[in-house]
Amino acid sequence: MSLLNQTGSVILMNIRSIPQRLWMSLATVVSIALVVAVLLGFLALANGFSQTLKGSGSSDVAIVLRDGSQSEINSTLTREQIVLLGQGPGVRAAADGGPLVSAELLLIVDGIKRSTGTKANMPLRGIGPNGLVVRQQVRLKEGRMFAPGSNEIVVGAGLLREFSGFEMGKTVRFGAQTWRVVGVFEAPGTVFESELWADAPVVQSLFNRGSSFQTARVALTSPAQLDAYTAYVGSDPRLQLQAQSEQTYFAAQAERSGLLIRYIGWPLGVIMSIGALAGALNTMYASVSARATEIATLRVIGFSGFSAFMGTMCEALVLSTVGALLGTAVCGLLFNGLSASTLGAGFTQVAFRLQMGPELVLQAIVLALVIGFVGGVLPGIRAARQRPLLAL
Amino acid sequence: MTDFIRLTDVCKSYTRGKESISIFDRLNLVIPKGDFVAIMGPSGSGKTTLLNLLGGTDRCDSGQISFDGERIEGYSEGQLTAWRARNVGFIFQFYNLMPILTAAQNVELPLLLTSLSAQRRKENVLTALKIVELADRARHKPKELSGGQQQRVAIARAIVSDPKLLLCDEPTGDLDRSTANDILSTLQLLNRELGKTIIMVTHDPEAARFATRTLHLDKGQFVEVTT
Repeated sequence: MSLLNQTGSVILMNIRSIPQRLWMSLATVVSIALVVAVLLGFLALANGFSQTLKGSGSSDVAIVLRDGSQSEINSTLTREQIVLLGQGPGVRAAADGGPLVSAELLLIVDGIKRSTGTKANMPLRGIGPNGLVVRQQVRLKEGRMFAPGSNEIVVGAGLLREFSGFEMGKTVRFGAQTWRVVGVFEAPGTVFESELWADAPVVQSLFNRGSSFQTARVALTSPAQLDAYTAYVGSDPRLQLQAQSEQTYFAAQAERSGLLIRYIGWPLGVIMSIGALAGALNTMYASVSARATEIATLRVIGFSGFSAFMGTMCEALVLSTVGALLGTAVCGLLFNGLSASTLGAGFTQVAFRLQMGPELVLQAIVLALVIGFVGGVLPGIRAARQRPLLAL
Repeated sequence: MTDFIRLTDVCKSYTRGKESISIFDRLNLVIPKGDFVAIMGPSGSGKTTLLNLLGGTDRCDSGQISFDGERIEGYSEGQLTAWRARNVGFIFQFYNLMPILTAAQNVELPLLLTSLSAQRRKENVLTALKIVELADRARHKPKELSGGQQQRVAIARAIVSDPKLLLCDEPTGDLDRSTANDILSTLQLLNRELGKTIIMVTHDPEAARFATRTLHLDKGQFVEVTT
């Protein structure tokens, strides 16, 4: 009981005396807040990007690419292969009675980013009538769908946020051709929102693609049909293609790209942490030094070295916790939900929103507490070893 | 009066660089229970070192230190800390109060080392503050008190856990004559009325007159005793 009393009392004394070292303590809080804000920013970036990619895929839609292709951009499919894909097991029927298969092209075109005013790659997707049907999450927000056979495009809402010149009714030029924007669609939290869509035959014609496609989306009657369908695609020698669920395809892409961002975020966070740790150590050593007589007096009176250690340690943890909360608040206010875009697997911009989430906040707070703990240990030991006779 | 503190053949030296400086070489001292002893001597004579040894805040190199029949020279750091908390009250020249605590909270500090309930601690704090006539200043922080009042709070802190021994290091060194005399009268009262054994290091002969006897220390040895 007495150990609890004396430790609690020393902790309170340490914390209540923080205003006496206000500026130095504030510097520590701010440096830790910066570490947390930067790390959380990167983690939110990775998380938002991953969530967008993962949210794009359905488990009952198979995406079919050329065997060995990692992404849609470097895949090729012939018209004959598309026909064969529609004959596989478990394929859902379209409204016209035929198989629900969407043969698509994906090309890279240029656009001007609003944030920088510079050119960046955008995906232009050529789709047919089934393109919308296999994407249940997409809905027209404004205007109408493009008319078949025309130079019309519809624009994803995410792309519209990030790129200028694609507002409703505007005319844009890709290569030698001009296109008119006739609609805006939204598919919240998916990669499709970062795309331009046009009629597939028009895209084939104007971009000299002949009758080839790059990818096919095949709607299945249920996710359970996927194994049978994958086996079908893999075993037919005329196909030489690979099928996987759309969900699996995007999850793999999310993993690759998300890891890349995390590999930048964490080392940067750790490097900044070392700087913050130096600040924390400095502050805590200064705290012990400023309170040397008080600590020695308490030791003379009979307070234990442990209580002196805990007082210093808890002060460091309190400062780091305040820093963590401040950094989280700053990141939440400035970055959470912020629209951003980055290169996706197809070398095109993917628009997404930064997402913090409790798990990420916890990771950043743990890092801040580690800084506080390490920053408190050595000064705490110095406090515990403070010789009582100093007070005399 | 019976022997309360006994130092037998105590040796103490400090190392400064490669040089060893002897402070005490076979020092002997007996202080009976209930005594009020002033220790005087020039700077470097070993007064503060003696106080540190008596208070268990420093260790001797050899010899014996017994306190009320209990040998303490072999105690570990932790044992000495616990022993100090039970038996010794300290009064410092510059009061050494915690600036962020009120007078009552400062006085309560030694009681936090006991198993007393919060209510009992509060009662004891009030009693100690009444003894030093500062009950009405219980909620004041040190910076709101005069030097003399701060020293009286320090005295209340020293006596609140009812220790047998009070060690005072220049308790009036920072005070004017009139306030110093008040403080010394309070110490005298504690000695006479409550039977506290008091050992006081001082440079001030006027302060020493309040003690029952004065030991003069020079070069690590007692050279004179005046009563």
